[in-house]
Amino acid sequence: MSLELKNVEKKVGIDTHIYPTNLKFEKNTINVLLGSTLAGKTTLMQIMAGLDKPTSGEIWFNEKNVTGMKVQKRNCSMVYQQFINYPNYTVYENIASPLVITGVNSNEIKERVGKVAELLKLSAMLNKKPDELSGGQQQRTALARALVKDSDLILLDEPLANLDFKLREELREELPKLFEDRDCIVVYATTEPSDALMIGGNTATLLEGKVIQYGKTLEVYNKPENLISAKVFSDPPMNIAEVKKNGEICKLTDNTVQWKSSAKIKDGTYKIGIRPHNITTYKEGNNSVEIMGKVQISELSGSESLIHFTNGNLNWVSLSNGIQQKNVGDDAKLYMNIDEFLYFDQNNRLVKNG
Amino acid sequence: MNKTINQKAWLFVIPVFILVAFNAAIPLMTVVNYSFQETFGNNVFAWEGTRWFKQILQSERFHAALGRQITFTFIILLIQIPLGIGIALTMPKKGWGVPVCLILMSMPLLIPWNVVGAMWNIFALPDIGFLGHSLNGLGFDYNFTQQPGDAWFTTILMDVWHWTSLVVLLSYAGLNSIQPAYYQAAEIDGASRWATFRYIELPKMKKVLTLAILLRFMDSFMIYTEPFVLTGGGPGNTTAFLSIDLVKMALGQFDLGPAAAMSLIYFFIVLLVCWVFYNLMMKNEAQS
Repeated sequence: MSLELKNVEKKVGIDTHIYPTNLKFEKNTINVLLGSTLAGKTTLMQIMAGLDKPTSGEIWFNEKNVTGMKVQKRNCSMVYQQFINYPNYTVYENIASPLVITGVNSNEIKERVGKVAELLKLSAMLNKKPDELSGGQQQRTALARALVKDSDLILLDEPLANLDFKLREELREELPKLFEDRDCIVVYATTEPSDALMIGGNTATLLEGKVIQYGKTLEVYNKPENLISAKVFSDPPMNIAEVKKNGEICKLTDNTVQWKSSAKIKDGTYKIGIRPHNITTYKEGNNSVEIMGKVQISELSGSESLIHFTNGNLNWVSLSNGIQQKNVGDDAKLYMNIDEFLYFDQNNRLVKNG
Repeated sequence: MNKTINQKAWLFVIPVFILVAFNAAIPLMTVVNYSFQETFGNNVFAWEGTRWFKQILQSERFHAALGRQITFTFIILLIQIPLGIGIALTMPKKGWGVPVCLILMSMPLLIPWNVVGAMWNIFALPDIGFLGHSLNGLGFDYNFTQQPGDAWFTTILMDVWHWTSLVVLLSYAGLNSIQPAYYQAAEIDGASRWATFRYIELPKMKKVLTLAILLRFMDSFMIYTEPFVLTGGGPGNTTAFLSIDLVKMALGQFDLGPAAAMSLIYFFIVLLVCWVFYNLMMKNEAQS
């Protein structure tokens, strides 16, 4: 089983929503489409489902060309950001609806709905209407509807975006488990890099209708092919600075920060990308370099501290564990973990990680 | 905390009180006054108690008018609600067709009621009206000024023409508020067009349709101007709905007492039905 997009392109009027794209998803994989709003995630999913036709290019499923095949004829299901359920059906009827339409016999429906409901912790509310449920339960119902069908392709379009933080975390942990022993391809669209890391599997980074990089999630995260992919896969935004390498010495062009690097790359000018959590108020890793900055914003985000500061002409973002309060306007000393630096050449291609 | 006492605020409320008193309370009380007394003009009144109410409630004339009124309202609701939903379903959802349809749909609603009546009167005249003449030309024996069936047909057609738009506009607004994801989900499930309508569109339009039914009920139950101009309640009394009958009694025959009693009964019927509707609506609200 595989899903393959061959040179798929989507144009609406004079706007290109999806530039020619090649992607291949294998059997039993979870594939994350990671990109900001308007990156083309939803459009891609609708093309995969057959809800939308590509302007050009082909979609192959199981080595068969399914381009233009109607969505009803494909065995796929979809979960949306909004909680989509039939309003005057009970939870049970909602979950059963795809089976009823395809004419499964009632004993089997009962059994399958029961199983899925248990998996999604909905057993106690099978007789309620969607309006009587919390957002999380409504989305669980929608997920159950997608799972009960035994689809070959399950599309999840930002399914957690409308949930509050706690429910999000909870459901995000459960999601990968739900698909573990299923014979299907899962596609999961999200704007959150942390979602992709949590879910694992494969990730495709997207920007403005182009797939930037596709591969194993951790690989895409640790070795972004280029600066764009690295930026898409970083939240808070990645710090980018220019660096001059001369022999062993690397020096930021903008200020006096310098460090020794054993990197086997040619001398010259590079861009480095530093993820915010690699700049901390304490030393981390074996090799770190100090950077001084003027604090602009200092805020807490859960159990982490986000400190925005300026150094030279650049704005930097740092993310430290624990509560690290700094006063705005103060000078602060921070440490950058040089083993985690990403070096990009003048064409923004990755030349070295770490 | 200490509450600030400032009686000056009454000054803001007084104008509203005066206004409401003049346009609602005082006229209503006048009607109440008439309904319990007999008057011979010159401000001479004689107490009659509930006589007029009894008389009206027992009068065949009132029963007949009420019967006609209920039949009329029932028929137009039965036509306008499904027709309105049907038209709303076929209206385009985007593109240049949207403003065109919306403007076309709002046109009938913008025409003054007596003009609608006059228009349809001329339109339906059997000798010179386009509708009447054509129907007769096609071999139908059509004359709305003489045949009760034709009068009813014309009145209903006029009301459908005039007011279906309101149902269309409300349903269209209801339909447009349904997120496209619902339709996609139905498509993925393989639901038929009918199932999509029955299980997604109709439940999602429930609130707006309740409102449409309520508005159409009230308006049609109190209809006066259009049939008055079109048929004048005729031929005979066959299209004399409650308001027309009431005005005949009050101004034509100057039976102020019974007319006032009838007004109040009429008023209570409308109030009662609206109250029932309102409660049904609120019950649905509470459920969801």
